[in-house]
Amino acid sequence: MNFGRFILGGTDRTALIVLVFILGFGILVPVLNLMTPESSPVHVPSYLVPLIGKYLTYGLLALSVGLIWGYAGILSLGHGAFFALGGYAMGMYLMRQIGDRGVYGNPILPDFMVFLNWKELPWYWYGFDAFPFALLMVVLVPGALALVFGWFAFRSRVTGVYLSIITQAMTFALLLAFFRNDMGFGGNNGLTDFKDLLGFDLQADGTRAGLFAASAVMLILAYLLCRWIIGSKVGRVLIAIRDAESRTRFLGYRVEYYKLFVFTVSAMLAGIAGALYVPQVGIINPSEFSPANSIEIVIWVAVGGRGYLHGAILGAVLVNYAKTYLTGAAPDIWLFFLGGLFIAVTVLMPKGIVGTLDQAKSRLPGLFKPKAAPRAQEVPGE
Amino acid sequence: MSEAQLSEALSQPAATAPDVHPAADTILYMDGVTVSFDGFKALNNLSLYVKEGELRAIIGPNGAGKTTMMDVITGKTRPDSGEVFFNGGLDLTKLDEAAIANLGIGRKFQKPTVFESQSVFDNLELAQKGRRDVFTGLFARLSGEQRDHIERVLERIALTEHVGRLAGNLSHGQKQWLEIGMLLMQDPELLLVDEPAAGMTDAETAKTAEMLQEIARDHSVVVVEHDMEFIKALNCHVTVLHEGSVLAEGSLESLQTNQHVIEVYLGR
Repeated sequence: MNFGRFILGGTDRTALIVLVFILGFGILVPVLNLMTPESSPVHVPSYLVPLIGKYLTYGLLALSVGLIWGYAGILSLGHGAFFALGGYAMGMYLMRQIGDRGVYGNPILPDFMVFLNWKELPWYWYGFDAFPFALLMVVLVPGALALVFGWFAFRSRVTGVYLSIITQAMTFALLLAFFRNDMGFGGNNGLTDFKDLLGFDLQADGTRAGLFAASAVMLILAYLLCRWIIGSKVGRVLIAIRDAESRTRFLGYRVEYYKLFVFTVSAMLAGIAGALYVPQVGIINPSEFSPANSIEIVIWVAVGGRGYLHGAILGAVLVNYAKTYLTGAAPDIWLFFLGGLFIAVTVLMPKGIVGTLDQAKSRLPGLFKPKAAPRAQEVPGE
Repeated sequence: MSEAQLSEALSQPAATAPDVHPAADTILYMDGVTVSFDGFKALNNLSLYVKEGELRAIIGPNGAGKTTMMDVITGKTRPDSGEVFFNGGLDLTKLDEAAIANLGIGRKFQKPTVFESQSVFDNLELAQKGRRDVFTGLFARLSGEQRDHIERVLERIALTEHVGRLAGNLSHGQKQWLEIGMLLMQDPELLLVDEPAAGMTDAETAKTAEMLQEIARDHSVVVVEHDMEFIKALNCHVTVLHEGSVLAEGSLESLQTNQHVIEVYLGR
């Protein structure tokens, strides 16, 4: 029996479909935007490119939450914080790129520092004029925070709703901190007025198409990384931890290290998502840290299907498409819709869209192989 | 103090010198272990010694402290006082669950606890003895030898035909066997088995007793059980727990005529 095939059997197709779909999108949208005349029926208007690009970064963010929630049972209600930190790291690079083209024309200091009468750049802004350094910080800062936070939380065996609450507290604390002007991150207004990235004008169609393609490629790479982790023995240990944590401990696994590993990887992916998000929307401010944002990510994953990597991506895109549509068509009802959606999914489709489809498939014998449907289980003695 | 007195003093369990441990040939040594929860003494000065290679049954009414004893040995509960040593000189009271499991103590729970959303094969693979760190896990590939080991265990627990099924879909008895199989994969020196026959049919019970006896040939096994028929089938040394300490020890026949034991089991 080929063990690899045994584990992946039946789901390889899914992976292929997901990859072809994202890749197709990543190529088609930029090409149709750049290569076709505006009069063409297949032309993708320029305003849509960063909008769909934003969905892709949300898809990556949802993937990072889907990885830890779906497979390790870690319900983070603070993942927006890692996303925002990645975004700030990218934003700092973009600020330094403005150079003397700012309102005050200071070649070193960003406008908001000049406005606050700061004389020199704070130490933590050093290095952000170099793109490679900024990229490194995009993954290292969220990763380091996750590592330290997770170390204390998982070592103390904080699980379930208590963990969710402290992740929420973490993002709230960062929200308050980043609101302060003297933190040196632009306070309330955040970082904005970006001009260019690696010398490419951020307003240009070509740059936006490039960012779009980069988002698609990162989403694919992250998806493959997550699949590789889930498909390895680590993935099976994580599922074991999710279903029966103390049992896994009695088998000799250091549950806290496994959680720490996957939590940190997840935070880094969220950071990358944030870094791709910021140049496409043109701003990063403290509201990205708001607890409601983090809860929204969890709703995307729940809608798409907890325990399915592609479900998380699908959920993010669908819910955000609905958000774009509804906040335009009927702005007052968006929040009610979001709340209603979460309740409806929890009650009617606890496995989300993908999970429900999957179940329906497995009821048709002969067509599809039944798949290991993830589910939670009571842990004895806890 | 004469030499004889001195050596006698040293051989007392109370002499706490782990180097010259009083019970170097024990696989499990518990001495004066007390655990209390909110004033209730779940274990009260419990002392228990299991020799290497022994099959030992532990019986006792509900609340006698059997499960708490397992919790103490496996690191889930820290004793308030007392000593717990494994394999002669390893102090278990200072280690956590994972460390104790890796030393070579396996545990089967009262309620069958398998990983329900994973296949029988995966369950056994997860339990397989080997490195437990994340990095190894990312690149782990099963060797032919490991696969053979899994297949041998599958045969032993009569689940070969069910290898691809989700553990959650197995019958109650099969789950119990799968859990015993997971212990075999772990290949621990000491197996702690909590009520393996609970909820089983007579035929399943007999088969389980057979399995455990076979396992006991090359492992030390401690079985906690209520079912007297099952204990009889095991045919081994029996310890009776009552209110957190040892009430009596001996063969099942001798215990059945023991006045204290009869009182505890029937007299209330």
